[in-house]
Amino acid sequence: MRQIFDIHGGIHPSERKDMSNPGWISDCGMPSKLVLPVTQHIGAPARPIVEVGDTVLGGQTIAEAQGPVSVPVHAPSSGTVTAIEARAVPHASGLTDICIEISLDGNDEWVSCQGLDNWRDETKAVLLDRVRLAGIAGLGGAGFPTAIKLASDRDGGIHTLIINGTECEPYITADDTVMQCFAHQIIEGAEILAHMVGAETVLLAVEDNKPEAAEAMRHAAEALDSAEVVTFPTKYPSGGEKQLIEILLNAQVPSGGIPADIGVLCQNPSTAIAVRDALIDGKPVTHRVTTVTGMSLKDPGNRRVMLGTPIKELLDTAGFNAESADRVIHGGPMMGFAVTDLDMPVVKITNCVLAPTRSEIPPPQPQQACIRCGMCAEACPASLLPQQLYWYARAKDQDQLERHNLMDCIECGACAYVCPSHIPLVQYYRSAKGSLREAAKEKVRSDNSRTRFEARQERLEREAAAREAKRAARKAAAEARAKAGDDLVQAAIERAKAKKAQQEAEQ
Amino acid sequence: MLDVILGNPILLALAALVGMAIAFGALLGFAAVRFEVEGNPLSDQINAILPQTQCGQCGYPGCRPYAEAIADGDSINKCPPGGEDTIQALANLLDVEPEPLDAEHGVEAEPTVAYIREDECIGCTKCIQACPVDAILGAAKLMHTVIIDECTGCDLCVEPCPVDCIDMIPRKGGIQHWYWPLPDGQSRENLIATDRSSEQAAA
Repeated sequence: MRQIFDIHGGIHPSERKDMSNPGWISDCGMPSKLVLPVTQHIGAPARPIVEVGDTVLGGQTIAEAQGPVSVPVHAPSSGTVTAIEARAVPHASGLTDICIEISLDGNDEWVSCQGLDNWRDETKAVLLDRVRLAGIAGLGGAGFPTAIKLASDRDGGIHTLIINGTECEPYITADDTVMQCFAHQIIEGAEILAHMVGAETVLLAVEDNKPEAAEAMRHAAEALDSAEVVTFPTKYPSGGEKQLIEILLNAQVPSGGIPADIGVLCQNPSTAIAVRDALIDGKPVTHRVTTVTGMSLKDPGNRRVMLGTPIKELLDTAGFNAESADRVIHGGPMMGFAVTDLDMPVVKITNCVLAPTRSEIPPPQPQQACIRCGMCAEACPASLLPQQLYWYARAKDQDQLERHNLMDCIECGACAYVCPSHIPLVQYYRSAKGSLREAAKEKVRSDNSRTRFEARQERLEREAAAREAKRAARKAAAEARAKAGDDLVQAAIERAKAKKAQQEAEQ
Repeated sequence: MLDVILGNPILLALAALVGMAIAFGALLGFAAVRFEVEGNPLSDQINAILPQTQCGQCGYPGCRPYAEAIADGDSINKCPPGGEDTIQALANLLDVEPEPLDAEHGVEAEPTVAYIREDECIGCTKCIQACPVDAILGAAKLMHTVIIDECTGCDLCVEPCPVDCIDMIPRKGGIQHWYWPLPDGQSRENLIATDRSSEQAAA
């Protein structure tokens, strides 16, 4: 039995996980149209490589990765590309982004998928390439390209792989369900991941509110000697990467660092399955398990959904009552965002679609003045000073925000949850983090411009000096010539004079 | 002489002070020569704050000349691309009161980049010569194009173009640049993390 540790802060919101009946998956079915955004991950958008009118098969790459931090997009089923245009996408901004629309033919024909016969014999580069080409981005909700995460081991290497089945956010049971239904695949995926990064220990982390999932994982983990299932008390946000590492290993990821800095790699269970499918079956990410829940649904539960399925169709499979729903939330109740348009598709990061009634999740109360009670600081799992950050965010004091480690904020929302004045604290930090990131980008840009401007000035001066030198040389040459010319004239005059003098003398 | 000084405490103190003054003066004089900083450090700091668009809207031919002018006492509110944020940062650095942007030099606008409509370009190279950061590629009688990542949006290339084929388009639109706005502290926004059910609020 492994010793576990506690993290600072955290909250205990009511879980409401039973509502979505964890442990059961039903299929969402095949919609008539899929809308696939080219950006379903963190990083550069993928570039569409199909055109309107093209016929595509399931598993076919329809947009390829652009740049190092990017992942491709695949068609989840066969059909015809009917549009490539800006559509509403699941993003907090509510803005549109380029999407590829596919009208499905219903035959679900696939390209032939070729898995690796023996992945143990392949080099890490080959395996990483497979992961990248399969379009895998963190399926837990963040969507960071998995191949980049796997490639970023530091000097010390990776000693521990953590499969993060914490799922601490209320309502969501997608990981719980995946762990109960596909425990063996998760273990296979974990074995591959551990092999790729060279981890000796595999920890399967499950919160103690999911005993069935922990049991299923324990059963499956017997197949892998290095694996161990660890359960720990339920608390939000234990599932944050840095928090989980502290709970399991009593080690802190340095400020501004990543888990690889201390030799740890965290992966979501669904991501582990995606890696397994990519290497053993040769299949890209085209489906995912999503929790669809909330009191305005007749039949909430977990669904296996084709990526690109409109959220409305997913809700309809769960008996969505549009009248009782106050709003629809993409993601969980703590970190999600309200959906503005129900035609938005399910994407790789959609771990939950929540349709609560007004009484279930009422609108926020009006913000009042900060009374400096300090509850936010007690709740902060990153041990930051939320109150100070709040003042600095309001004053837009970027130096102080940086000095108070704003960038270590994981945006869990625990501070806002406990605030008795209903101040949307996390919203201030999200905004301030955005402005800090933007300022950093602008700084790079302006430094670059300065270098280029100064290089150009130098070049202009050099050219001017060269021109000046040439002109001076030409002038000197001309003067010399002129002088030489004068001498010739003088000599001629002398000669003429001498001749004249001679003639006069002869006469 | 020495006896007189040693015998008189006031003269002794005076001599000690003069001696120390000479010693420290020599030390400072040496340090000033030995550790002399090249250039004007204040204008470098100012230049680091300016946005480096090199647009010349301030009336100086680039950001560095304006930085030097500010260091010599020019006003800090002549930079429209930097806007209020730059004025605030300059005011903090120089410990002066921030002033509103001088409208004579232009108004704060969205950052843009130049875009050449390539099939209309006649290849005159005039924009290439105007670009302060060498961000335009091309040759005589051949099409020109802008390196978007290097363009500062100064719009100095627009004026010399004889066929008017250069557009300034906003640089920051779109989902990749978006981030949450700051809450205004008044409206009840639909913020998920703040939401609490009535039972939790009562508990």
